[in-house]
Amino acid sequence: MSTKNMGGLESPDMASHDSHGHDAPYSPVFVGETRRELDTLLGRYPTKMAALLPALWIVQRERGWVPEAGMAEVADVLELTPAYVKGVVTFYTMYHQHPVPKYFIQVCTTSPCGICGADDVVKSLLQQTRCGELGVPSPDNKYAVIEVECLGACGFPTPIMINEEFVESVTPDNVSTILSRLP
Amino acid sequence: MGYPHASHQRETAVLSQYFGDAEARTLDGWKKRGGYKALEKALGMSPADIVTVVKDSGLRGRGGAGFPTGMKWSFMKPGDGKPHYLCCNADESEPGTFKDREIMRWTPHALVEGCAIGAYAIGAETAYIYIRGEFTEPLIWMERAVQEAYAAGILGANAMGTGKRIDVHVHKGAGAYICGEETALMNSLEGRRGNPRIKPPFPAVSGVFGQPTTINNVETLVAVCPILLKGADWYKSMCLSNPKSTGTKLFSVCGNVQKPGTYEVVMGFPFKDFLHDLCGGPVNGRKFKAVIPGGASVPIQTMEEAEATLMDYEGFVAQGSMLGSGGVIVIDDAQNMVRVIARLARFFAHESCAQCTQCREGTAWTTKILERIRDGQGTMEDLDTLMSIAHNMTGTTICVLSDSCATPVISGITKFRSEFEALIHGKRVHSVMAAVA
Repeated sequence: MSTKNMGGLESPDMASHDSHGHDAPYSPVFVGETRRELDTLLGRYPTKMAALLPALWIVQRERGWVPEAGMAEVADVLELTPAYVKGVVTFYTMYHQHPVPKYFIQVCTTSPCGICGADDVVKSLLQQTRCGELGVPSPDNKYAVIEVECLGACGFPTPIMINEEFVESVTPDNVSTILSRLP
Repeated sequence: MGYPHASHQRETAVLSQYFGDAEARTLDGWKKRGGYKALEKALGMSPADIVTVVKDSGLRGRGGAGFPTGMKWSFMKPGDGKPHYLCCNADESEPGTFKDREIMRWTPHALVEGCAIGAYAIGAETAYIYIRGEFTEPLIWMERAVQEAYAAGILGANAMGTGKRIDVHVHKGAGAYICGEETALMNSLEGRRGNPRIKPPFPAVSGVFGQPTTINNVETLVAVCPILLKGADWYKSMCLSNPKSTGTKLFSVCGNVQKPGTYEVVMGFPFKDFLHDLCGGPVNGRKFKAVIPGGASVPIQTMEEAEATLMDYEGFVAQGSMLGSGGVIVIDDAQNMVRVIARLARFFAHESCAQCTQCREGTAWTTKILERIRDGQGTMEDLDTLMSIAHNMTGTTICVLSDSCATPVISGITKFRSEFEALIHGKRVHSVMAAVA
């Protein structure tokens, strides 16, 4: 968020590696069943704005990331401005502002995991996915690996997230098994 | 219980007794284990009577601050004509802390029940459970439990057939440690950037959506259920040391220890026995060197301090730290303290919302200087600079994230100064050798 110059931990800028996503035409998300899903959510809050985070999650679920056109659509349905929505999107680390590879792998390296060998898990993942570097997609554009801050599973070092799936107790030795299980 | 390990005989499993018991996750399973009896009892009481029982029990907030729960609830005035809100803080992001995750994974209905009781007690018809976005599995279980509770008529316009409305909604965060700060949580829930708010106004006066609001931690709300069923005296009787700290407490243990996991002990339990007996002591013939007992934001303890500690709010303070969230990070003699502290500082720098200058600049510079020392490029003046920055970061900002970054720096340099100096002097020796060569 505030420390884009600190290296290593921020969301990767995949833009330069992306051959399609950004230019693909955007079709509205909030139609039919998904529009009704949003209406249900709106019933839970006294303001439309409160449905902003949930609405952005829906865009990411449907499109794999949150494009600017998606922010504009959310702004429209919630009666906000696109600039306001972008301001909120950029505060949170979990909304992808660029398309991400098929498997987006987040590794916790905060101190509790750090003292249990998280750095070696990162190395192993970078090697076995052939990503080589943090935040850089693998040559087959299948994987990207980033370091993230505390995932809240410190008793099961090292926890990683592969997209929405949480995997506990990852070690350099079981990385290959975990990767081979991915569909 | 010491999930994922078998329960230790010296534990007192009240909140954690069904951890690992998959059947307890379902509504039927939960009811078989006595679930929703507390809510049924609560709805037959007046809100004021519930607040009195909670006050008498001595229950204090389990999120970190330790504020008396009954007193917090008494700030809300049911019948003032305004909508009230309960927010359950399930944003558990404090490094070392993962107890609320286990509550939500294994006993999601306990939290639904606790939220419903809390909402009723403060005159709220709506409770929001704000869960961090990374907790994908707890989110699934919590959403399922809420759905089951609605379908069974436990929640909704006619909660348990009493004619009272109680709604509970799960709200998913999107990646921001700071949203565990209560005013940032409310901003986030409203659809804003998670910047903390200046207090006053306090949440009980003007909270989420500008209405009276109470924010409680997951463990706090779950603890209310057995208190209502078994009574304040029963809860108060669980106390091994200071009478201001009552009941049981979940401690999540991680780092360089044989049996990391979530343990539940009575307040005042000896920390030495806890670490060596329940948690199995150090790994592979190593020795413990330091403990951060209450999540990354509390002062680091030396082993001398830790082993003299009785585990309650006052006991940790008496030994140079705080109980905090109960996230125990154990560090052994294979670790370099500068490396550990530099990585914590980087965490806080990454998570600063950047509203306040002292925090935005302080966390970033603290990290840069610590990493410089870690990499053998530090000077003795750096230690003075770090202390000076840390003091300027303490008590000068809207929220305590800034203080939280300063805390491990101050306690680390004070208690483990020789490790900093060794790295600084190591660099000098190295450069002198290089010059000679």
